[in-house]
Amino acid sequence: MATLAPPDASDTAARTPGRRSSSRKYAHRMYPHWFLLPGAAVFVVLFIVPTFASFYYAFTRWTLFDVEFIGFDNFVTFFSDPQLSKGFTNTLIFGALTSGLKIVLGLLLGVLLTSNIWARGYLRAVVFFPVLVSVVGVGITFQALMDPYDGVINEFLAIFGIDGPGWLTNPDLALYSIILVDVWRGVGLAALIYMAGLVAIPQEYYEAARVDGATGWHRFWNVTVPLVRPATTTVIILSLIGGLREFQLIWVMTGGGPGFASDVLASVIYKQYAYGFFGLSTAGNVVLFVVVSTVILPLFWWLNRKQTEL
Amino acid sequence: MSRTVSRHVYGAVAVLLSAAIFLVPFAFIVLQSLKTGPDSAGLEFSWPVDIVFWENVVAVFQARDYMLITAFINSTILTVLSVSIMVVLAAMIGWVLARRPSRWNGVITFFVLAGLIVPPAIVPTARLMQTLGIFNTIGGLVLIEVAFGMSFCVLLFRAFVSNVPRELDEAATIDGAGPIRLFFKIGFPLMKSVIVTAIVVQSVTVFNDFANPLYFAPGEENATVQLTLFNFQSQFQTTWNLLFTDILLITIPPLVMYIFFNRQIVAGMTSGAVKG
Repeated sequence: MATLAPPDASDTAARTPGRRSSSRKYAHRMYPHWFLLPGAAVFVVLFIVPTFASFYYAFTRWTLFDVEFIGFDNFVTFFSDPQLSKGFTNTLIFGALTSGLKIVLGLLLGVLLTSNIWARGYLRAVVFFPVLVSVVGVGITFQALMDPYDGVINEFLAIFGIDGPGWLTNPDLALYSIILVDVWRGVGLAALIYMAGLVAIPQEYYEAARVDGATGWHRFWNVTVPLVRPATTTVIILSLIGGLREFQLIWVMTGGGPGFASDVLASVIYKQYAYGFFGLSTAGNVVLFVVVSTVILPLFWWLNRKQTEL
Repeated sequence: MSRTVSRHVYGAVAVLLSAAIFLVPFAFIVLQSLKTGPDSAGLEFSWPVDIVFWENVVAVFQARDYMLITAFINSTILTVLSVSIMVVLAAMIGWVLARRPSRWNGVITFFVLAGLIVPPAIVPTARLMQTLGIFNTIGGLVLIEVAFGMSFCVLLFRAFVSNVPRELDEAATIDGAGPIRLFFKIGFPLMKSVIVTAIVVQSVTVFNDFANPLYFAPGEENATVQLTLFNFQSQFQTTWNLLFTDILLITIPPLVMYIFFNRQIVAGMTSGAVKG
């Protein structure tokens, strides 16, 4: 391809015995690189350029009217102001707990739904459907169910004489209540991913384990858990990416409140954007970028390495 | 004998538990949407005194000058346009990436994965859209959904195409097809099943999206159904029946998708499961 051949040389090249170069020419002609351009243009302009720009604007005082470079001031504000740094720790709690719960409950549900249980089709549909319902709808519904006085959950608990807490109004509890709703919403997807992984495990392993006298628990712990590892990897990565970036459910259910008790990075970013503190908001974006990359990339590398060792 | 008994016991327990955890919230939505305003105010999980579902539907549609109808039109336009553009552009990329190994593939894969992992920078994106004159427009929102949804589609298509043999491509080339005809006459039909999967999954995602319309098209005239639902929340605080009627109406399109395309949705959403 480096030769200064005239444009019609591809026909001659196709007939020459040098198969390697002819197939490259063929690929060059039939799968041209310009096919990538329209998609790449949209992606670069609306995603890559703003991402790179954020690394500059995070270091500025940025309002509607002007931009002023102020060094690390935004980041100092971010971590010294308790209202903002709360969002940082909450993000880590939210990501870790939602993905942990989705792994445990998703695997158990996956095992249950691939066993020869009653009404399997019904159970699968019921568990998976919340994945498809709008987050706003789910958030508003659970806001009503979790109402401290009239809510169905606390009225149900009252039957047993339990005085239900203010799920979303208690500052110590609000974040964890939202975490439970997020797990409710996403566990169906985790279960589905596990089901795909579980049916791929050859039955011979279970038979061999049974011949060796392994109990149900041993079969689960020593056969199922290690062999379903690719699915676990997928669930961890997907739920961490979603969990660390979560905004919608929190914004609908509490708006980050009460006070800023359930704020996460994504909701702080939006609030500062809405208030017009563009530099601070962008600094929050860079913090979120660093959090997501430092959690996901090593984990991705580590999980994939373990997989090839297996 | 005892084994079948325990099987039934486990089954019954699972059905009851799942109903309590997963069906009660949906039943609650439906019950509230059937009730009159005062009846729904107590947020009881109870059978309605009077069933006024139709009146509620009419009231929700009439609210704020038929805002919900505008919102449904906006959401439909947004979903149809962004998913069709996204799928065609991503299919072209996935097709070439799978068919033509080159030294650029590593770099391209890096950016594709970045598109899945990296959180979008909200203010720079909004300001850039303002400069381009597409902030707060449906067209701008379409492009945003295309940009943010493309990575998923490219990975799906590339994985699929790399398992499709090239014989048909070669036959078409011998018949004198150019790259565009090859792609649309051979490639696109070959990818039909995975394209249906991408369309279904992305339609549900875009239709349900709340964050991007909130960030990049917050105006009333461009409001999508999710945004109107969120705005209704403050307006209808005392009329829970109308709020839940709205939720019910907005849940219908994804429900219909799920009933007809159950298999494709499952395939698309678990596509990474076995390969990791």
